[in-house]
Amino acid sequence: MKKIVIVGNGMVSYKFCEKLRAKADASRYEIVIFGEELLPAYDRVHLSEYFAVRSADNLYMAPKEWYKEQGITLHTGTLVTAIDREKKQVVTHKGNSESYDILIMATGSSAFVPPIKGVEKKGVFVYRTIDDLEAIMDFGAKAKSAAVLGGGLLGLEAAKAVMDMGLKAHVVEFAPRLMPRQLDEVGSQVLQAQLEELGIGIHLSKQTKEIEGNGLLSALHFGEEERLEVDMLVISCGIRPRDELAKAAGLEVGVRGGIVVDDHLKSSDPNIFVIGEAALHRNMIYGLVAPGYEMADVVVDQLVGSGEQEFADCDMSTKLKLIGIDVASFGDPFGEEEEADTIAFEDKVSGIYKRINISKDGKRLLGGILVGDAGAYNSLLQVCKNGMALPPNPEDLILGARGGEGGDIGTESLPDTAQVCSCENVTKGDLCTAIKEQGLEDVAQLKACTKAGTGCGACTPMVTDIFNDTLKAMGKTVKKVICEHFAYDRRELFDIVKVKEIKTYDALLDAYGEGDGCEVCKPAVASILAGVWNDLVTKQDTIQDTNDRYLANIQRGGTYSVIPRVPGGEITPEKLICLGEVAKKYNLYTKITGAQRVDLFGAHVGDLPDIWEELINAGFESGHGYAKALRAVKSCVGSTWCRYGLHDSVSFAIEVENRYRGLRSPHKLKGAVSGCRRECAEAQNKDFGIIATEIGWNLYVAGNGGANPQHGVLLAGDIDSETCLRYLDRYLMFYIKTAEPLNRTATWLNKLEGGIEYLKQVIVADSLGIGEALEKEMQFMIDTYSCEWKEVINDPKLKAKFTHFINSDKKDAHVKFDDLRNQKMPEPWT
Amino acid sequence: MISQLEDYRTVTASEVKTWIKVAKASDFPENGGACVLHEGLQIAVYNFTRRGEWYACQNLCPHKMQMALSRGMIGSAAGEPKVACPFHKKTFSLVSGKNLNGSECDIATYPVKVEDGMVYLGVS
Repeated sequence: MKKIVIVGNGMVSYKFCEKLRAKADASRYEIVIFGEELLPAYDRVHLSEYFAVRSADNLYMAPKEWYKEQGITLHTGTLVTAIDREKKQVVTHKGNSESYDILIMATGSSAFVPPIKGVEKKGVFVYRTIDDLEAIMDFGAKAKSAAVLGGGLLGLEAAKAVMDMGLKAHVVEFAPRLMPRQLDEVGSQVLQAQLEELGIGIHLSKQTKEIEGNGLLSALHFGEEERLEVDMLVISCGIRPRDELAKAAGLEVGVRGGIVVDDHLKSSDPNIFVIGEAALHRNMIYGLVAPGYEMADVVVDQLVGSGEQEFADCDMSTKLKLIGIDVASFGDPFGEEEEADTIAFEDKVSGIYKRINISKDGKRLLGGILVGDAGAYNSLLQVCKNGMALPPNPEDLILGARGGEGGDIGTESLPDTAQVCSCENVTKGDLCTAIKEQGLEDVAQLKACTKAGTGCGACTPMVTDIFNDTLKAMGKTVKKVICEHFAYDRRELFDIVKVKEIKTYDALLDAYGEGDGCEVCKPAVASILAGVWNDLVTKQDTIQDTNDRYLANIQRGGTYSVIPRVPGGEITPEKLICLGEVAKKYNLYTKITGAQRVDLFGAHVGDLPDIWEELINAGFESGHGYAKALRAVKSCVGSTWCRYGLHDSVSFAIEVENRYRGLRSPHKLKGAVSGCRRECAEAQNKDFGIIATEIGWNLYVAGNGGANPQHGVLLAGDIDSETCLRYLDRYLMFYIKTAEPLNRTATWLNKLEGGIEYLKQVIVADSLGIGEALEKEMQFMIDTYSCEWKEVINDPKLKAKFTHFINSDKKDAHVKFDDLRNQKMPEPWT
Repeated sequence: MISQLEDYRTVTASEVKTWIKVAKASDFPENGGACVLHEGLQIAVYNFTRRGEWYACQNLCPHKMQMALSRGMIGSAAGEPKVACPFHKKTFSLVSGKNLNGSECDIATYPVKVEDGMVYLGVS
């Protein structure tokens, strides 16, 4: 057994332990870590999140127990003060010593503080550790404004942090642009405009000569008369490798800092490795976490692997969300390394800038910059790193689809060596192998097993695509089947039922299913059968959910509620009186529903036919409140009475409701008509909503309230009533035929490839040429409508089914009510 | 309420002391159930036409103590005949009474037989 001592406990130190322990347990390598900070390793990349919660709990790379479980001795709050290379041991500030076989220096870096006059004043901070943040937060509580010195990546993060603290934030940068390492002039301008819009003051080309103030900072002096008055200053001017310990031990260090290492991360002492920001590799310090992880990999390979892995020039590509703004740069962002042609796109209105650099021969992508929209980052990075072929018009890579398919690079064309997750260095090949060999079933398992996507998370969409592609290639379909009894989705079953003219559930199960069915496929098939044949649901009552079986809504306690149709919410006094009398006679609790109807609760199943007989005799019909079907079309008062109304919304709502009454669909359907844009009928949160305009109607579709409220989107504007009904016919029928079971129109549209634009093509432009067929199918539904309750009360056999007991006329004695505001309510759940 | 649950005890075929004549087989819906009242107890009886079998269990769903199982949809899970409560779709094996969602307690089941077109329920 050998003993490894690690100096430093940051992200890279932790990652080294994780990677080593995956290959060698404590019987092979003993590990002892010394960390200077009191806390175990935490995620410095997401440091600004600390401001929101003021707790490091979510930031820890692993809890303290993890180190114990892994047989790792962790000394936090302990500074190593000397290395004795002769004796192969380190000495701590407490005077203790620890011997090693292998020493890993993961000392990281400290914030670089430029030698500005007055930098020692009170109110000046650096932004590096959780202790720094604590100090900033304490002081910031009394401050009104703060400047951040340094407009780089970390500086802008710091600016966001002080802004979140409620301070007026300024960014002061020496260079003429923001993020000078990642962005060019235009990219910086686009970012600057957005940051200024958020209220952050940006000061470029400013050299701070002096920090003014009498003991306490009061202003930054830039020279001449130029000053910026602030209460606090956060310095974020870059990093300085922590090499003092190495230097004192006689290891070779760089002129501008950093411990010199070879391609195996070995220092000038063969028993000492250096990883992370302290390592100086070919004159480069890597201030990002991904290269640090790669270094950890190389050293692990030295200790337990082939020893052949080398640390190569590491990619400095980055993508991040800065204060809600996407910023990314990859490869050679400035096109400086070789002669290049540049294609750039700038949209000042939306704050988007995209630039790519193409090799002179037009064959390779060398690098680029994205601001405002970095959606293409992953695919561009892959094209760049893998030297993949460019599309015929390279500008498609950033401009996307213009009439045709976009320049998006599919994951199928990636080589296996393509690095997909740069945080964890996971390649496409790693992912595919894991999926194939371990029989993984979902993306979560893939992430857990390969760790891909567990760092910054930016590659998750790509990991998901690779997962789906690989399953497809293995012949495993990622198909949505209804349940174990049917290997089809709803759409396929719909077509089968129609083409094969199947009229019953049993016939479909015999021919295309297996087993005995279940509570999932039965109502789904019932909905399909209704959508094709519009037969009475009472004919196959046991494949219906209980509500459709008893044509009423089951409520707590086992009684049912009754909702007659009140089209458009318009009702005569006579009918209102009838509702009241029926409710009184059968002792029903009454309530006005959200859909402008009256709900009568607490009916025993055996009373339902009698109740309906009275309602039907008074001119009511079923309201289908129990069905996955059209419920109601709500209306506002409209132009007949309302002084603002543009059109008669009530008449149109009644016409629409009567047109589609009883129309069964994958889920419930709600509609509304508003007489003007004040929208009193709340049409935009309905599956279809019609709003009057000066010259016609605007038709909105796919809105809903419920758990995930979503506004409807405009399908067609300023159309006349006839056109509106035609589009509605097509839209509703198209939804009925293509949606998954129990998907409302909003969910359906969200999943519909091409979204609302595609829907407009199909419904308005009739791009599939199915418009007329859809209208015909809808006309069939309208023509074959009949009120189910009328059928029941006229058919003694159907009526006989409405009884609680098959061998007794008694009512269910289990049903008990309590009093509630002069009405009744069922006993509470037990 | 809990005591209600204790009223229902599984009866196996060998424990049957009396066969209660319930109703005509043709009164039952195909592939569906109906509720039988017997000495204050409510028993759901299912005519599983598709399998050519009859099943019976307590009508009381132990999840929210609702008398509703007879109105539930029946079907199978991996070949095991089951019923889904109409309230919250808790499913129970019609053979063993076991709750197939794993979160509720099991229900009592009873033997059923059909002779000369009449359905009989076995009680102890």
